[in-house]
Amino acid sequence: MTTPRDTFGRPIVVVTGMGIVTSLGAGKSDNWTKLTAGESGIRTITRFPTESLKTTMAGTVDFASVEPFTSTGLSERLGEMATEEALAQSGIGSKGDFPGPLFLAVAPVEVEWPQRMELGRAVGKPDVDYNDLLRISGGGQYASFHNRFMFGSVAAHLAEKFGTKGSPISLSTACASGATAIQLGVEAIRRGETDAALCVATDGTVNPETLVRFSLLSALSTQNEPPQAASKPFSKNRDGFVIAEGAGTLVLESLEAATARGAPILGVLAGCGELTDSFHRTRSSPDGKPIIGCVLKSLADAGMTPEHIDHINAHGTSTPENDKMEYLGISAVFGERAKQVPVSSNKSMVGHTISAAGAVEAIISLLTLEHQRIPPTINYEIPDPAIPFNVVANKALDARVTAVMSNSFGFGGQNASLILTREPA
Amino acid sequence: MTETTSATSGPIEVWITGIGLATSLGEGLDANWDALNQGRINVDEKTFAPYIVHPWCQVSLDTQIPKKGDQRQMEAWQRIGTYAAGLALDSAGVKGNKDILGRMDMVIAAGGGERDLAVDSGILSAQAKGNSAPAFLNERLMSDLRPTLFLAQLSNLLAGNIAIVHGVCGTSRTFMGEEVAGVDAARNAAARIAAGQSDIALIGGSHNGERKDLLVLYEFGDFNLKDKFAPVWARKQQAGFALGSAGAFIVIESKQHALARGAKPFARLSNVVADLSTRKQPGEVTATLDKLWSQLGPLDSGGAIITGTTGIEPVTSEERAFLQKHADFAVRATGTRFGHTMETQFPLGLGLAALSLSRGALFPAGDSSGAEIDMQGAPSQIVVVGAGHWRGEGMALVEAVK
Repeated sequence: MTTPRDTFGRPIVVVTGMGIVTSLGAGKSDNWTKLTAGESGIRTITRFPTESLKTTMAGTVDFASVEPFTSTGLSERLGEMATEEALAQSGIGSKGDFPGPLFLAVAPVEVEWPQRMELGRAVGKPDVDYNDLLRISGGGQYASFHNRFMFGSVAAHLAEKFGTKGSPISLSTACASGATAIQLGVEAIRRGETDAALCVATDGTVNPETLVRFSLLSALSTQNEPPQAASKPFSKNRDGFVIAEGAGTLVLESLEAATARGAPILGVLAGCGELTDSFHRTRSSPDGKPIIGCVLKSLADAGMTPEHIDHINAHGTSTPENDKMEYLGISAVFGERAKQVPVSSNKSMVGHTISAAGAVEAIISLLTLEHQRIPPTINYEIPDPAIPFNVVANKALDARVTAVMSNSFGFGGQNASLILTREPA
Repeated sequence: MTETTSATSGPIEVWITGIGLATSLGEGLDANWDALNQGRINVDEKTFAPYIVHPWCQVSLDTQIPKKGDQRQMEAWQRIGTYAAGLALDSAGVKGNKDILGRMDMVIAAGGGERDLAVDSGILSAQAKGNSAPAFLNERLMSDLRPTLFLAQLSNLLAGNIAIVHGVCGTSRTFMGEEVAGVDAARNAAARIAAGQSDIALIGGSHNGERKDLLVLYEFGDFNLKDKFAPVWARKQQAGFALGSAGAFIVIESKQHALARGAKPFARLSNVVADLSTRKQPGEVTATLDKLWSQLGPLDSGGAIITGTTGIEPVTSEERAFLQKHADFAVRATGTRFGHTMETQFPLGLGLAALSLSRGALFPAGDSSGAEIDMQGAPSQIVVVGAGHWRGEGMALVEAVK
């Protein structure tokens, strides 16, 4: 029997259930088939008019519906779908009774345009300002807007539906949110606070204002035709990320608890690292030190050295800045191995699922460990010579993979890295 | 959702070694303490009439946010928070200490940033005048939104700005979810320190109550206090909260870490607990608060309670039913004095509890309804309570370090 503690004497944290939704489809099976076939989920947006937008494609999840439609409602629905899959696989607890806390990565919530415009119409005069909106907002007819647009609304719903314990945590660390949700779960189990944690990350926020906001920051690809070719991490002609929707749920348990109940052990959360970059709101420190520190912390937390890592699931957004800085950071830590370890970016196919990305990519990393097959980075036609990663170019690669590093770097200097392994060390 | 895990039962003591307050009553510990003792309340019944808000006490931002460029990159809620975070770091004696700040963990409770009201109003007016072309919204947003406004709205960019301005660069997590996010920020940071996962952390939040977009959001649920100010305990006939404006941060660290650097504690953060009652049946909030109380640890009689009571019904009455079981505790409602600062209310309560313990007195009652009684002598234990206007309940035990 494996010892239930790691080399630092902490409970070993394992994954016993996973669920995933992306623009490629719902569920691990569908996603894995398409990811390893190099399919793209990026398509021209049909949810709303795209005239006058510089970017007209995204990785929207169009097969899930919510009524009335809100981005927050869609985030909630995607989170539900991923969680149902993860719980079914894990077999933990019972229906509506999950024996641990919820850590939810979710996009910041706000009143959305369809609802704001509904209010504007209700004002019933040609010049509308916030005083007018205020005058008509009360009285209970818009009470559902309050409930929907509370920051804690998605977590409250998921906590109630799945019966998680205690106060659910809704968190945002921008593009690192999914990784942070996992990290919070790992830390809680290591503290002995709980034997299990439900880590959910979801994002259904492709809407006009989100696109405009990222466009105005020049963060999005504008290579709209064909949409499938827009996301091209590590390519010389990359020009921005492609925004996308999705969700990922991981059931984390202590190895001891998972073993005791005969649960499937899908992989191990061997290490987590995080280090904040204070250089700039949207750009990484040019010396790469925060990324380097983050990666080193994750290795130290896992009790590993770069030699142990045989695949990097990159943040790889396809922005000129990120991919360059990710190489700088990884090469500083990995040395020559940075050019040898197979590196791939799932975002080439599923786009950047923002708040969900860290969890979606952790799940794909675990599927990589399970299948010993690395999904490709598609659209890798013109390698950027300044980024000499060993990119898994365009076709899936069969490889011996024992430990994956999954990186997430976000606005606000949020850097997080996870190390996932197949077996407890 | 019936169990709660006690977060800080580990062997490592967690000390509060820094407090930063920038509120409607003033900036800094002395100004806030004096205002509380004088019974002063800063309330604005006119600007947003009939809605009542507590405006932020304007300060010279330059003392904590020296670069004008940084100030311009933020909206008011971020400036308030970044300012107050700086005060907390000063108070803890770690401002500018790169060694400590570089590994200091940060857990922030945040909502989101303010809308550009003129842009929104322009779009809604154009719509009202019949502009409904498919691309109309896109065109207006592309041309009217300020490129950097998004960064001033993003929840995690309060933490981002604190990192940039003050250099707090260990880990950075932003919790969202209204009032209880402030409880959970404290709960998580304290649990990490108690378990040896962290040595020192900055926790807190900030809120700008002078926002019409927020008033609209809460007006959907008829939560805003209207027409006339009254203490939170005297609002049963006219329930509501008056949005407050405040930044409240505390620095917490392990006793060992504090002693090693010669830092003096304001108080000990002995426990933080939280839960989510579904609030489907009357009495659920009272029952949840009763349960959280029982989890705090040994309580002596004659302590004090600092609560973030909202003035919303029925949750305020439910909380009162809980408080009446502890009539020997002197209660103080921060909502009367500071307004309702949402995510920030609980960190504000923690800061005021630590301040009161360090000054050897509880500030005077602020209400004549009988809910708040005078307290003689120095408190040794203060329980900080928060029951959100909609969801979430939490409590902390703050104790004097003898």
